[in-house]
Amino acid sequence: MKRTHIILLIAIAAMIVGLIVFSAGDFSTYDTIGSAQQNPGKFVHLIAKIDRSQPIEYDPVKNPNYLSFYATDSLGGRTKVIFRNSKPTDLEKSERIVMKGKMTSDHFECNDILLKCPSKYKDDKKELEKTISNLPG
Amino acid sequence: MHFEGEHLLPGQIGHFFVLLAFVASILSTIGYFTASRTADTLLKASWIRFARISFRTQVFAVMGVFITIFYICSHHYFEYMYAYKHASLELEPKYLLACIWEGQEGSFLLWTIWHSVLGMILIRKSKDWEAPVMSVVSLAQFFLLMMILGIYFFGVRIGSSPFTLTRNEIEGPIFSMPNYLTFIKDGIGLNVLLRNYWMVIHPPILFLGFASTIIPFAYAYAGIQTKRFGEWIQPALPWALISAAVLGTGIMMGGKWAYESLSFGGYWAWDPVENASLVPWLILIAGLHTMAIYKATGHSLRASYLFAILTFVFILYSTFLTRTGILGDTSVHAFTEAGNAMNIMILLFLAAFAVPMLVLYLRNIKKIPAEQKEERTDSREFWMFIGSLVFFLAALFIIAKTSVPVYNKIFGTKIAPPEKIEISYNKVLIPVIIIIGLLSAVTQYFKYKNTPASYILKKIALPTLLAAVITTLLAIYYPITYYKQGAGFLGAIYVALFAAIYSVIANAAYIWAGLNGKLKAAGASVAHVGFALLLVGILISSSNKKVISNSSVNGINLQVGKDPMTKEQDDPTENLTLIRQVPTKMGPYEVTYLRDSLGNEKGRRFYELQFERKDAVTKKMLEHFTLWPDVYLMKDNNMSSNPDTKTYLTKDVFTYISYAISDAAKTDTTKFKIKELAEGDTAFYSNGYMVLDAVVKNPENGKYHFKPTDAALMASVTLFSKDSMHYKAGPVVLIDNFGVNHIDDTVYAQNLFLRFEGVTDGKKIKLGIKESDKIIDFITLKAYIFPYINIVWTGLILMAIGLVMSAIRRAKLSSFYAAVALLFVGAALFYMFLFAN
Repeated sequence: MKRTHIILLIAIAAMIVGLIVFSAGDFSTYDTIGSAQQNPGKFVHLIAKIDRSQPIEYDPVKNPNYLSFYATDSLGGRTKVIFRNSKPTDLEKSERIVMKGKMTSDHFECNDILLKCPSKYKDDKKELEKTISNLPG
Repeated sequence: MHFEGEHLLPGQIGHFFVLLAFVASILSTIGYFTASRTADTLLKASWIRFARISFRTQVFAVMGVFITIFYICSHHYFEYMYAYKHASLELEPKYLLACIWEGQEGSFLLWTIWHSVLGMILIRKSKDWEAPVMSVVSLAQFFLLMMILGIYFFGVRIGSSPFTLTRNEIEGPIFSMPNYLTFIKDGIGLNVLLRNYWMVIHPPILFLGFASTIIPFAYAYAGIQTKRFGEWIQPALPWALISAAVLGTGIMMGGKWAYESLSFGGYWAWDPVENASLVPWLILIAGLHTMAIYKATGHSLRASYLFAILTFVFILYSTFLTRTGILGDTSVHAFTEAGNAMNIMILLFLAAFAVPMLVLYLRNIKKIPAEQKEERTDSREFWMFIGSLVFFLAALFIIAKTSVPVYNKIFGTKIAPPEKIEISYNKVLIPVIIIIGLLSAVTQYFKYKNTPASYILKKIALPTLLAAVITTLLAIYYPITYYKQGAGFLGAIYVALFAAIYSVIANAAYIWAGLNGKLKAAGASVAHVGFALLLVGILISSSNKKVISNSSVNGINLQVGKDPMTKEQDDPTENLTLIRQVPTKMGPYEVTYLRDSLGNEKGRRFYELQFERKDAVTKKMLEHFTLWPDVYLMKDNNMSSNPDTKTYLTKDVFTYISYAISDAAKTDTTKFKIKELAEGDTAFYSNGYMVLDAVVKNPENGKYHFKPTDAALMASVTLFSKDSMHYKAGPVVLIDNFGVNHIDDTVYAQNLFLRFEGVTDGKKIKLGIKESDKIIDFITLKAYIFPYINIVWTGLILMAIGLVMSAIRRAKLSSFYAAVALLFVGAALFYMFLFAN
């Protein structure tokens, strides 16, 4: 066997391993609250908003690792969310949140929250316009 | 309308310089391109002269642009959008440069500046390669300058200029007033997250790394264009080595920055932005090795072309990923949406370099000479090539995973990242580490062409044995405790650890066994030792990272999963709340949050945490230190956190505040209750009692420093709470020119305020006692112990030094310059990574 063939075989083997890795449940999906509720226990990403009509519950003195709030999405789904970690500080301000986790029977058990906040995006023109119009004068 | 107080001249000068640079870059591209295709020597020389003048004009103009922006930002001319967005009055001078490259425009400018500097060197040094090589550099300048052009072309704005005026960019009622500038008191300023020493140094180094990858690409083009298919390797290799050193350092600086000042809890998070710069580096390393193979044996030329081309193409692709906002939901720190015109321009930039170059390469691939004879499996070049291939495949794997948002965009799919991102990368990359570790350990002992088996076995036996022994000793005395992924994964970590240690030892030994101690020739060995050490550090520090702020020590038990191997509680929730002045057990330490204080910058607050480690039996203090993690409290209760780290040789104690917004600011309506006490008297409060020990005149202690001439009295009080804790308190009353002052004392642990109200006639004092049911002051923090993190930084430094050593040797630099360069690089790296904080 030629050595270039050996190399090719190695490359092909690596590709196959790569493909297996890719396909073998190594990705999750973006879901809606509704579809996540139909698949409890499945790891999903939810894109949602915080339901501001309900209180955000976080008392770091009692338990710094318990945050709960309600989230809604654009399709009208609604769920309670429990995040066993500290409260991301700009949570209330965020316009949109991406949550990773699993749906259980009565709440969404969240592992990670990614915030999309207007303040993080300094280049956002609207935000600058807001700042300007808030200037005294 | 005439607006008052504007300084319009600098902007006009700046805009002129942008236009000048842009036009000059077109001319130098045309000049160099024509020169490279002209056979007639005289004509060629005159085209090169023309192109050089154009390029130098462009360099001059780019410098002018930079100086103008700097001038505008440092003078706080907020009529300019760039200054308004990125500068502010309270910004410390050291961040003035940083605020320039915070923005999209400024970072493109930084890239252009580095291309200019490199171009000037190439004009002097590249001799007969100048025309084709510089046509590539000039073309890149054309695209980069287009990004900051800011002129309208058929109604579409091409590029975004850093010299636009605030009043033209954003709308607001104040802009209808001639004196609008008097309302803009201050700029937005540098994002507080970025106010850090690394923001000053990391972008220039990283962008130099980005910029330098164009040189191997340009030489590869020159190789095909001039039909001198193999000769370009000779001049390109030193550049590729330097590029690898700079880009590698730049990437790890980002890691060090993330580790030190961002609360990601580590130096690497497989964030798309990190991956996007790692991938070109991996391909560059593959390219370095194939280029070295070609120089020694004539093999692997085609692969060298491919890797040199792809390195730069992936730099452009990573620019596309990080700057167009396509990463959106997957990255913590990607640039925001830049607008459609900008996105298209970046895509054009990528396409303009990737497509023609790959087409050119494929059309000429048959003409690129390749050795007909096969490499032998006992030759060095064979195993080097395998190593390069593994690097390349690893790079493809990483970029394929990182590009998921791109597929989603193209195909409309909704694929999201996996549950455990790190594991999904690590389970592939640990086998890669194993292969790379073993290959880099053994391959140097092979000779080019072929190697007698007995030679290898003789030389490699001792390092192999040594590595096995050291790994075994480590497993016994300092075991890896990463049980989360099961025994198989743990075993893989051990094998990887062995491979990395093996590579450290084998490469160090090679300097003597293979090179007889000739340090000048040892660049490759030093770089390998460094890289392998880096891997050892990564494996140990990541596997044995420990959270010490688990809440179980706080007395709260949560329902979490059991670890499959240790049957212990796993995944401890990682935050701990510290109430002010209450010592709390955390890992081996007892931690007390003592006080907070304001920093120099607006909204910055430091928290003093006292760490004490006592002997379990004798209660003797073994060590104590203080950490000052801080946060920026911004408008609307927004907060950004900066960690503080206690660095030991063998480990780091790493803490940051995860939540610090308490209700302490709310006014307390409870009133003081007055008790009259003589020395030795007792007063009760809800949770215990207190004894007035003494009344001290003009106390001089750790807290108060009164002089004998003052008129101050302190009530020395001891509190005994129901849970048999003792607390000391000392409220003070002070009479001075301004009247009677009370300095209250607070016992946070008991929610108690004490006030020295005054003295009665009968040798008693009036002590005010106030109890508040509110918890007064607390912070929530996370703390980790990172073991042996310094190995990571040391490894990186050695690798960079090794690469520079190789570059010096390959470029045949005189030993004086070589020594100066090495000394400088080494000192700078050691300072930045190990001493600067």
